[in-house]
Amino acid sequence: MKRRMIAKALAAATLLGMAPVGAALAQETVKVPCVCELSGAGAVSGSNYRDGAKLALEEINGAGGILGRKIEMSEYDTQTDPQTSRALVQKAIDEGAYAIMGTVYSGSTIVNMLVSKQNGVPQITGSEAPNITQQGNPYIFRTSSSAAKGVPSLTAYFKEQLAVKKIAVTWVNNEFGKGGHDVFIKEMAAAGIDVVSDVPSEQGQADFAADVSKIRESGAEAAFVYLNEEESARFLKEARKQGLDIPLVGEVTLTGQKVIDLAGAAANGAYAHVGLTTGANVASIKEFAGKFQSKYGRDTDHNGIKGYIGIYAIKYVTELIGSFDREAMAKKMHGLTLDVAKHPGMLLTTSWDDTGEMARESFMTEVQNGKQVVIGTVPAK
Amino acid sequence: MRFSLKHLLLLVGLGVLVVAPLGQGNYIVYMLCSWLIFSIAAMGLNLTLGYAGQISLAQASFMAIGAYTTALLTLAGWHWVVAMPIGLVLCFVVGLALGFPALRVRGHFLAFVTLAFNTLVFLVARNEDWLTGGTYGKFGMPRPDFGIVSTDSQLNFYYFTLIVFVIAAALMWGIVRSPWGRAFRALRENPIRAESLGIDTRRLTLLAFAIGSVYGGLAGSLVSPLVQFIEPGSFAVIHSLRILLMVVVGGAGFFYGPMLGAAVVILLPEVLRFTEGYYLILYATLVIVLMVFCPSGLIGVGSRIRDKLWSRTRDRGDLKQGAQL
Amino acid sequence: MSQFAQVLLSGLSTGSIYALAAIGFTLIWQAAQTVNFAQGEFVMLPAFFVLVAINFLGMPLWLALLFGLLMAVLVLGLLFKKLIVEPMLPKTGLPLIIATMALSILLKESVKEFYGAEAQPFPDILPQQTMNLAGAVISVQDILNLVISITAVVALTLFLNRTITGRSMQATAQNPAVATILGIDTKRMVLYTFLINAGLAALASFLISPLYLAKFSNGETLGVVAFIAAIVGGFNQIRGAIAGGLLIGVLDNLTATYITAEYRAALPLVLLILIILWRPQGLLGTDEGRQV
Repeated sequence: MKRRMIAKALAAATLLGMAPVGAALAQETVKVPCVCELSGAGAVSGSNYRDGAKLALEEINGAGGILGRKIEMSEYDTQTDPQTSRALVQKAIDEGAYAIMGTVYSGSTIVNMLVSKQNGVPQITGSEAPNITQQGNPYIFRTSSSAAKGVPSLTAYFKEQLAVKKIAVTWVNNEFGKGGHDVFIKEMAAAGIDVVSDVPSEQGQADFAADVSKIRESGAEAAFVYLNEEESARFLKEARKQGLDIPLVGEVTLTGQKVIDLAGAAANGAYAHVGLTTGANVASIKEFAGKFQSKYGRDTDHNGIKGYIGIYAIKYVTELIGSFDREAMAKKMHGLTLDVAKHPGMLLTTSWDDTGEMARESFMTEVQNGKQVVIGTVPAK
Repeated sequence: MRFSLKHLLLLVGLGVLVVAPLGQGNYIVYMLCSWLIFSIAAMGLNLTLGYAGQISLAQASFMAIGAYTTALLTLAGWHWVVAMPIGLVLCFVVGLALGFPALRVRGHFLAFVTLAFNTLVFLVARNEDWLTGGTYGKFGMPRPDFGIVSTDSQLNFYYFTLIVFVIAAALMWGIVRSPWGRAFRALRENPIRAESLGIDTRRLTLLAFAIGSVYGGLAGSLVSPLVQFIEPGSFAVIHSLRILLMVVVGGAGFFYGPMLGAAVVILLPEVLRFTEGYYLILYATLVIVLMVFCPSGLIGVGSRIRDKLWSRTRDRGDLKQGAQL
Repeated sequence: MSQFAQVLLSGLSTGSIYALAAIGFTLIWQAAQTVNFAQGEFVMLPAFFVLVAINFLGMPLWLALLFGLLMAVLVLGLLFKKLIVEPMLPKTGLPLIIATMALSILLKESVKEFYGAEAQPFPDILPQQTMNLAGAVISVQDILNLVISITAVVALTLFLNRTITGRSMQATAQNPAVATILGIDTKRMVLYTFLINAGLAALASFLISPLYLAKFSNGETLGVVAFIAAIVGGFNQIRGAIAGGLLIGVLDNLTATYITAEYRAALPLVLLILIILWRPQGLLGTDEGRQV
């Protein structure tokens, strides 16, 4: 009987003694939730973004975390629905987020970034639509350049290398495509190139017969293809079917591995300017691609890289300011350049301007024999 | 006895709705608002589907009409109280115009016409940038300000939504109980007999559809200030299907069915989060099983169980009124 | 002119595939008096059976296609009839329609979860060459799509009109009660209709997937277009569904080429409302009576 009492008392004492330790442990994590597209139309992009982020998180936590605190990442599935994404960003913030990773789809980001602005929480997005950094939101930061930066890099290519006078553009009529299209039309007007055919298409469109036919008949000497991966593949197949033999040039998607897988031989000869590509001949990116492949058993598109460097950006900036201060972090990132020599997790030297827009070295690529090949480097602007 | 019990339950229910958001995080309050709003939309569809027996796959597009009208007018400085009714009138007129050709023909033509109409509304919202903001949508709609009370805080907005919801539900109750509403039920139970009693079934169905659409518009006019952002994708066909399934799962033709169904659709993903991607698979299977075994939805299941456990006093057939010698 | 010819051919080729789905839709309507809202998914799914056979069972293409066809007939024909439609008979109506809507979600989500959310490449079944004909580039694939679909439809029509089973199926569709009295096994005939529908959907799937890629969401537009093709053509006639399918395929392409790309998806609605106002029984439909 007595023994039992002692045992009980001991147990109680141990529990009491341990309680503060437990609390301290809990305090040591920093919450960086990932709000992204894990189901619905954006599932592929969102999952890659999340898995890239997870990879970075494990490396950072394995090396001691940020300022001694481990990162804790809970996942919120937006179902690729803007309204849901807004609610989930709110939920993530209610639960004490230090910074937010996501979303990838521009249509969602434009909505949910209002919430992180209201609450003063930095948000690291994977979206590329130009309007996201044009809202004067001081808490939004990109992990890849927007079309507003990417498309102008192509102007010189059309004007000097291809020397075309007449050009066609085919674009997907959603947030992503419209942003790129508008920038492109402005750029071509400035460069004195005549846009002879302007063909919008639906997201998920299957039949590109009319689209290709219009471009063929317009007499364009090259076409700018600004579509998502699947639509790009269908377009390339149809272009081959109809014997369209002008240079087809894209931004980011057109020469991606996914498009090559889907379009097969029809993808050969397509060009694209890409901000980030796992096929780039850069040691740091190759190493990343290898790590991703061995951890998840599959390749990633550029969204995996975006998620990866997003987490690293949070780590580096927090270490620069020396505390977990959301406002200071957002302030610090504006106009910041993270040199890859000192910050290897960024993979390439990266800078943000005062809107959260990002600049980084980029590449011209071509599909040759079913492989994306880098044919040139475009310096950061 | 039963009468007062019903009233008591109603009061308790209202009480729960009033205290539900207290002490909750913004996310929960947001979810509750969203549940109330979808309940309104589903209630309207219930009139079309549950009472008039017609499938409409355009409830989301009526939400779009309500939402865009409210958004454009409130952004232009009008008060919500003025903007909202204009949206509702628009929904009513469009509902009549759409239902007229579709209901001329027997069969489920309304389903297809509304399905195609939903696509059309999506296209207009997306293509007409000058009016709707195109694919970028409209944002920054102000929340209504009622002088003493502003609905800017999430909690106040919830109570505002709740008041609108209660008014809408009370009106629906009135519609369903009115002589005119009883004609609806006659229609649902036996269209041929209803016709032979001199009920103009076509006109009645058309009106039910138009009124149901107005409820969709009302829900839309609440979405605008709640989300403070609207874009065409939020009103695509898939959302119409979602609302339709709310009505069916809850129990089409039952007054509380749509509210239950909306709760299931909005809250179930939270509960079933652990199933990850399988949530929709489970949900779709549930709907199929319900349709095969109990087409009257969850409320129907509930009343079946109640009847089994607590069977009412049964009339002796030979003592039934109307039996004649 | 050469552009017109090309666009016309592309439209006919796609339209003939729509027609296959539309015919199946009318068959089901006649046999079970229901609208199958999962018809688009019925066309989406067989391509995935083929992909499973090639990638996981290691079958060669021809065997995989056969496997896909059999699985489609089994799952989308037999199981659909036995597990969903039959328990609801004789009262079908609204609940069955809604069950097919749920079924469409179920099929879509299952493919997404168990096979993948991304579009999948589908092997080319037909030759990819193009021919030059008086300045127009003509795709062999387009022509063969058209030929194969039309052949399937002609074969189906012959079967329905020239064989005893086919005629029994027609009798069942027109008047089940009389058919039973005449000693026809109506249950079996209805089952045949479901099997044929699944077979047609599989054929449409195999023809359309090499170009459109195999993706869980492919059925969404396909289903709507097939319904509308059937309604436009008149859905108590097979030739109505064919006319409707071809018409929509051609008009869609012509609209996108010459009128508007932004509103091309609105075309079915416009057609639908015009037809309902002007000829509610459809272009080739007859006022009364059903005929397989």
